[in-house]
Amino acid sequence: MALPQVKLDATEARLAPLTLPDGAVWATKAREEALARFRAMGVPTGRDEYWRFTKPDSLNAPEAPEAALFEGDENPAFCDIDRLSVVFRDGVFDAEASDDLTLEGVEIARLADVMVQDIHWAKDLYGVLEARGQDPVVRPFAALNTAFATDGVVVRVTGKPSKPLHFRYLHEKTDSDAILHFLVKVEEGADVTILEGGPAAARFNKCFEVDVADRAAFHHVRSQGRDHERRAVTHVFARLGEESTFKSFTLTANGRLTRNEAFIELTGDNAVAHIAGAAVGDGDFHHDDTVFITHDAVNCESRQVFKKVLKNGAVGTFQGKILVKAGAQKTDGYQISQSLLLDEDAQFLAKPELEIYADDVACSHGSTSGAIDEEALFYLRSRGVPEAEAQDLLVLAFLAEAIDEIEDEGIAEDMRTRLEGWLLRHRS
Amino acid sequence: MLKINNLHVKLEEEDKQILKGVDLEVPAGAVHAIMGPNGSGKSTLSYVLSGRDGYEVTEGGAALEGEDILEMEPEERAAAGLFLAFQYPVEIPGVGNMTFLRTALNAQRTARGEEELSAADFLKVVREKAKSLKIDADMLKRPVNVGFSGGEKKRNEILQMAMLEPKMCILDETDSGLDVDAMRLVSEGVNALRDEGRAFLVITHYQRLLDHIKPDVVHIMADGRIVKSGGPELALEVENNGYADILSEVA
Repeated sequence: MALPQVKLDATEARLAPLTLPDGAVWATKAREEALARFRAMGVPTGRDEYWRFTKPDSLNAPEAPEAALFEGDENPAFCDIDRLSVVFRDGVFDAEASDDLTLEGVEIARLADVMVQDIHWAKDLYGVLEARGQDPVVRPFAALNTAFATDGVVVRVTGKPSKPLHFRYLHEKTDSDAILHFLVKVEEGADVTILEGGPAAARFNKCFEVDVADRAAFHHVRSQGRDHERRAVTHVFARLGEESTFKSFTLTANGRLTRNEAFIELTGDNAVAHIAGAAVGDGDFHHDDTVFITHDAVNCESRQVFKKVLKNGAVGTFQGKILVKAGAQKTDGYQISQSLLLDEDAQFLAKPELEIYADDVACSHGSTSGAIDEEALFYLRSRGVPEAEAQDLLVLAFLAEAIDEIEDEGIAEDMRTRLEGWLLRHRS
Repeated sequence: MLKINNLHVKLEEEDKQILKGVDLEVPAGAVHAIMGPNGSGKSTLSYVLSGRDGYEVTEGGAALEGEDILEMEPEERAAAGLFLAFQYPVEIPGVGNMTFLRTALNAQRTARGEEELSAADFLKVVREKAKSLKIDADMLKRPVNVGFSGGEKKRNEILQMAMLEPKMCILDETDSGLDVDAMRLVSEGVNALRDEGRAFLVITHYQRLLDHIKPDVVHIMADGRIVKSGGPELALEVENNGYADILSEVA
């Protein structure tokens, strides 16, 4: 179907400042195909079903809108965790600031180096999961990412590396427009933890393609940077093999616009996928979680746990879908999206969806929006806990179900500490 | 310890007077009980004293050790030594019982200018006190009151009281929902806290709690006032004859 002229124009305007990077034959082919996908979809508009809650204008703009740098006094996320750090400054790999990329059980290479090699395993993954994730719902910014990303990292996990990999995104220029693309291939029986932290750029487009083979495990914890004016659109595309595990948690504090999309396919029996998020926003904050989980195998489990704490005009949105294909019997699907609105000006928009074609499944979903429980607040105060502290305690309690999805207690504690700090700074 | 003087209270939302001139004085070391028919204002009195929203004091006052408490925030009243054992203890999912106890205890200590209790010291004290109330490690770890039985909730209230060591304890129908064994356990917990420097106000419908927690004075409350005060025998009179006799006597 031909796109409306206005969409065509906006799409070409978006592409105008960009040029396809040079690379090996396979890389160029993958990029050209992605560009064709992007052109066929066009940039999103508010009329598109999955963009009704989130204005795409600032993501559609040819140039990144400026974003002031944020002077935080906090230590960066995960700084107390033993890890291998890979550092990007405004979307460009910084070898000097990064750790040595050798670690037993994992091969790590820079995307820029990989995309010019004639033969590389990345050929079978780059843009492949992203392309699969374009149906039935299009994700134009992911296709744009595949077409134009020059930097990022490709990771092949063959064992159980002794420490997590940490992708650290520094934001140093007020007009930076960063695109990063990552491939993570977790081979059979392997197990890896990937951490992400930082604001990355004024505007950040990031794409993960994650292939989790049979009996492999992928753990992911991310802390999106605190720069108030930054914008980000991120995607994770994942395929899960038999008895594999995928667990992802995202903490978002601040940011003018964040759209985090996940497209997860359970393709092997007995696989488990958990995806969770805790977002806290005060003022000019729009946070969007858009999740699509497909059950295409027997006896798989999926959980979506998204919690948002909003005040002072902040907006949270959630679009979450569980698709159970015919034959995906014994599916156990769970989805919860909740917001805690700390005042009358905050807003939460949610659209839970279930689409089930198998007859022996258990799927539940819930979505709620509410204020602080006054009874609980009084109970705490009557025991001597000052009002502000009591409220923070209740907010953390509200977020607990999402944070509990992090398996590593040290990392969970790091996330909790960050949330406590944010709440303390944003007491009204 | 606690002095209530001609206290008049109405609901904030509607024009309904609940307390119509309550006078009551509970000295340090004493246990007073308030009995009375449903709707007489007993629970309202406990809520107003602890600082719950929704009530308006139209006349009179209440003082703890000479200090007016009605102008204080609930947490200030707690730090000043007031404690209300709730009739319906609130469930707080996501907040661990231990975290709750420790936060409360240290908040009160900080408010009083005392040092916070270290994690190790706190643990030692809480384990000891929990043991005497038959509260196991699992109950301490679980979220506050979530999934607790009626009896467990009330024991948890008494544990909080034991940890916070308030000067003035108000027990609002602590016997409701308790079986005989649980009532004994709770009462023992309360009795263990009886002390020269501490006073209790026990609100109850039934005399049987007062078999376990022996009061020095029993007050009968009706229609927002204390209508009669006497010794423990007053509670027995209520148990045997109901409130009708007393109410007609004072009418």
